Amino acid sequence: MKTRFLTLAATAAAIAFGTMAAEAKVKACFIYVGPIGDFGWSYQHHQGALEAQKALGGEEQVELAYLESVPEGADAERAIERFARSGCNIIFTTSFGFMDATNAVAKKFPDVKFEHATGFKRESPNVSTYNSKFHEGRYVQGIIAAKMSKAGVAGYIASFPIPEVVMGINSFVLGAQTVNPDFKVKVVWANTWFDPGKEADAAKALIDQGVDIITQHTDSTAPMQVAHERGIKAFGQASDMIKFGPETQLTSIVDDWGPYYTKRIKAVIDGNWEQIDIWEGMKEGHVVMAPYANMPDDVKAAAEAAEAKIKGGFEPFTGPIKKQDGSEWLKDGEVAENGVLLGLNFYVAGVDDKLPQ
Amino acid sequence: MMAEMILLTIATAATPLLLAAIGELVVERSGVLNLGVEGMMIMGAVTGFGVALTTGSPWLGVFAAIIVGALFSLLFGFLTLTLVTNQVATGLALTLLGLGLSGMIGEAFVGQPGVKLTAIYIPGLTDLPFVGKLFFGQDPIFYISILLTVGVAWFLFRTRAGLTLRSVGDNHASAHALGINVIGIRYLAVMFGGACAGLAGAFLSLVYTTQWIENMTAGRGWIALALVVFASWRPLRVLAGAYLFGAVSIGQLHAQALGIGIPSQLLSALPYLATILVLVLISRNRRLTMINTPASLGRPFVPDR
Repeated sequence: MKTRFLTLAATAAAIAFGTMAAEAKVKACFIYVGPIGDFGWSYQHHQGALEAQKALGGEEQVELAYLESVPEGADAERAIERFARSGCNIIFTTSFGFMDATNAVAKKFPDVKFEHATGFKRESPNVSTYNSKFHEGRYVQGIIAAKMSKAGVAGYIASFPIPEVVMGINSFVLGAQTVNPDFKVKVVWANTWFDPGKEADAAKALIDQGVDIITQHTDSTAPMQVAHERGIKAFGQASDMIKFGPETQLTSIVDDWGPYYTKRIKAVIDGNWEQIDIWEGMKEGHVVMAPYANMPDDVKAAAEAAEAKIKGGFEPFTGPIKKQDGSEWLKDGEVAENGVLLGLNFYVAGVDDKLPQ
Repeated sequence: MMAEMILLTIATAATPLLLAAIGELVVERSGVLNLGVEGMMIMGAVTGFGVALTTGSPWLGVFAAIIVGALFSLLFGFLTLTLVTNQVATGLALTLLGLGLSGMIGEAFVGQPGVKLTAIYIPGLTDLPFVGKLFFGQDPIFYISILLTVGVAWFLFRTRAGLTLRSVGDNHASAHALGINVIGIRYLAVMFGGACAGLAGAFLSLVYTTQWIENMTAGRGWIALALVVFASWRPLRVLAGAYLFGAVSIGQLHAQALGIGIPSQLLSALPYLATILVLVLISRNRRLTMINTPASLGRPFVPDR
């Protein structure tokens, strides 16, 4: 495990000034699966942590500590336990694969609060789970893609066939079909979250096969750059990637964890932290669209309208929706249950791919 | 047109593997096993990106990456050749150090669009249909990688100096007895390997994907290491292996985009399977493989006076 263990200056200051200085009120600790320099998933979590610290009064109020590039598995449990022993009041574990480790450590430390991102297990009362409805953003992207594409085909660079990713592909297609019922999506599975070279190659392969819009569910900015070089449009991922494609990026789904982290750390300070399980999206500000760019005004208007509709409570997975094989999934007006979405393992009609099982 | 674009993509995917592997081949031919390829490569990537970004010159970035790669490998050389530490452990440590150090150095570069090393353009030739871009329109490092491979093959098997280097790798005691400076030659070989890995890293951050992200080598150093072994330490086989790996990697992405319905997990494993299979078949003559294997590989040398 690579450790760039950083304990910010709060404790150092407290020791330096002796009893004169106030102790930080709370110690918030974060476990990241990737490097904070990935400009994607872990980067956004870290930005959220820094935002929360700032919002709650800076280093004197909130002491931050983090461990990055923690592998999912046995190492994770050791890392989390080390944090729990070192006086952390609240520990955020920010990857699906930390689920069992988080719950195991939480049982041993009932006084420490645990927050696990994207998971569903809460085995003791001091464990909460949180996630964001990224698929809402994908729905808006689908609408933009169908309006912008001349070929009627978009390329989708996917990571692993887990429900989260399948949900995104389906939502993108559903959005696109509201504009063009014949819209097609070509999917390439990179089988990695992060390999800039491979992601670039996947983008090139898709463009060579005639797609004129690229979207991705992998973490690097490489596909954006390829789209830029080849002169087509693309969507960013996790963070605003406009710098990598000033004439290319249409918008990007930005994960904004700041408000949630602020709220939860504040709850620990105020002593009213309670176990929750939340899955929130655009309405609550957890999923933010980067400024709409490089598109005509009517497309922008359509995107904004869709965004407003979702903020008003619309769920992209609202019937009538057919499965890929043509059979009915949701009846007219029927809304998919959260439980079904979080375990989604099939495509809707219109996806030009066979789902790896 | 499409075929040409696919071939260009394959060349881009193969070039960093070829560069790193050809450098490591020379290192191993001298009898040293340096598992730090990934670490030297990522140091080259961050240096190349950083220098190109701050000076605005991608060429300065390339040169800086080569120098930093060589200097970084010198650390390995000092530890394993002068202090005679364990080569496997030291190489692994070099990889870990490179990954961590590059992340620290590169913190300021994250999220910055970089400077691209542009492809060459020869009026007339580059515009030729089908082959123009492939032969006369690629980035300069591609040509360097091909020349380097041919150059190494010529050096190892057609020059006296190459023979000396191989003799050091095959039997360092005998070479020493003949008055050859074993340690000196190994130092030079290790630094050549570092320089090549640094160049491969610069290719990643200045040509392949013009950006700096932590861990961006994503295991390419390990693939290069494996290529050297499976190519039984022959330069032209390394070339074949790198391009085969590149071709299957790109081919499987196209197969997926076409929607042919083969599980993507299997397709993703295909480059590894195909490359190993083909190179093992090429090297199936056991006697020839034995001759090509540097007999002193990984063994420490302490000259007795």
